Amino acid sequence: MAMKLMKGNHALAEAAVRAGCRFFGGYPITPQTEILEYLSARLPEVGGTFLQAESELGGVNMVYGAAAAGCRAMTSSSGPGFSLLQEGISYIASAELPAVFVDVQRYGSGLGDIFQAQSDYFTATRCGGHGDYKLLVYAPASVQESVDLTVLAFDKADQYRNPALILSDASIAQMMEPVELPEMREVDFDRPWAARGRHGGENKRISSTMYYIENFDSYIKAKYDDMVAGEQRWEAVRVEDADVVLVAYGISSRICKEAVMQARERGIRLGLLRPISLWPFPVKGFAEVNPEVKAYLAVELSALPRLEEDVRLAAGQRVPVESFLGGMNIPESSALVERAASLISASGTFQR
Amino acid sequence: MLSITCSGYGGQGVLTAGLLLANVSMEAGKKLTWVPSYGSEMRGGTASCHLRIDDHEILNPFYAKMDALIAMNEDSVDKYESSIVEGGVLIANSSMISGRGFRRDIRVIEVPATELSQELKNPRGANIIMLGAAIEATRLFPADEFADGIDAYFARKGRNNPLNRECFMRGVQAARHE
Repeated sequence: MAMKLMKGNHALAEAAVRAGCRFFGGYPITPQTEILEYLSARLPEVGGTFLQAESELGGVNMVYGAAAAGCRAMTSSSGPGFSLLQEGISYIASAELPAVFVDVQRYGSGLGDIFQAQSDYFTATRCGGHGDYKLLVYAPASVQESVDLTVLAFDKADQYRNPALILSDASIAQMMEPVELPEMREVDFDRPWAARGRHGGENKRISSTMYYIENFDSYIKAKYDDMVAGEQRWEAVRVEDADVVLVAYGISSRICKEAVMQARERGIRLGLLRPISLWPFPVKGFAEVNPEVKAYLAVELSALPRLEEDVRLAAGQRVPVESFLGGMNIPESSALVERAASLISASGTFQR
Repeated sequence: MLSITCSGYGGQGVLTAGLLLANVSMEAGKKLTWVPSYGSEMRGGTASCHLRIDDHEILNPFYAKMDALIAMNEDSVDKYESSIVEGGVLIANSSMISGRGFRRDIRVIEVPATELSQELKNPRGANIIMLGAAIEATRLFPADEFADGIDAYFARKGRNNPLNRECFMRGVQAARHE
């Protein structure tokens, strides 16, 4: 199939359309506004609806409505706007409705700035709103993955009737790479659970399912356990014999992969574990790592450690875990190699 | 792998030159990344795009040092000349950059691209002239092959203009005669 040169944002938006998304309600914010701009023209071409909402709160509740009617629906935002979506996301999760969210991360708390960052990790992977739910979270590291994971997110959201999130960042969103787009898919929105008019049938339940389901606690726990068991995704690079394993997702993982290549040329046994699903976190990937690994280094574009916490939980108590924090700057791969080398030389002091 | 930056005033076609380079490279089966300058840009200020092109997967799309710089204006030289690798190439638009010295450890090709584009009756083609000089100097593609790629790119867009090829080849000649 022919390759197309596209920006991450545009590719993600086109992938959503081809995955059958027919509703978008959202509010502009850099660095994801091109998603809105693109869909504002594209969705009407395929009989879909684009609505620029009065705010992120309006947008997420429109998505709730569209999802309740069985429509594949999406909204996107960044940092400050992503915070505003959380209440609505909690409602959609509690109603067990599928929807796809996008957070194109930018740097900083509060207003912050528009540069790439990976500091929304906790909001994305823990549970950004109130109550008991999790999002399926996917982290693209390229424009192609912005396409592939968006399609996957729609399918998985449907499969589990649970919202899914694409956690991108400004660099992946703004850069161009050649991509292969999937075929256009038509999705039948007349699903058994969708509220599309009663037509003499039963009422459809589109509010919190806890009101209708007996033994809700165990039911909902089992649902999320199924996701943990079945939906972990990762890429492992040279981890089988690695003395130090870098753990990084998204744009950071690409710098890490470069660092692995550089380190190997110097005879330093460096590896990379790249989570593709951030929730569920790919704990299973750690089983592929050299049992004699000396340290893990979590690499992310944030000022405070986030990813490190999940790496610690996955690595267990035995192996030291440290962070390489890029903050608002993309690290140099050579700096990662140096850090890894110093972890290896210091590893004697870690031994029990 | 080639790392190349196109830089100039907004309106001088630097993003387009980068897009053209990216598209022709993609059609030729190469891997590439195209990263625009990004931030609080000012209207009339200097814009840039940063490309990496290779036969293999590009890992890091960002770079501190570049193999080649297409500088459409003086600001671009001020900003990026020091980031060119030793032995790298600077294509300088001498219509807008004159009376200054350059680093001695790089190859500098001065092309009066803005004037040439007027001569060739394609005033918006200065960027393509510069691209011609860059392709010839970096040997990324044989000149004719890239010129065919330019024709194919504009034909796909329904805007085939033979003057674009002429501009490109004029840039190639300028680099050959340096």
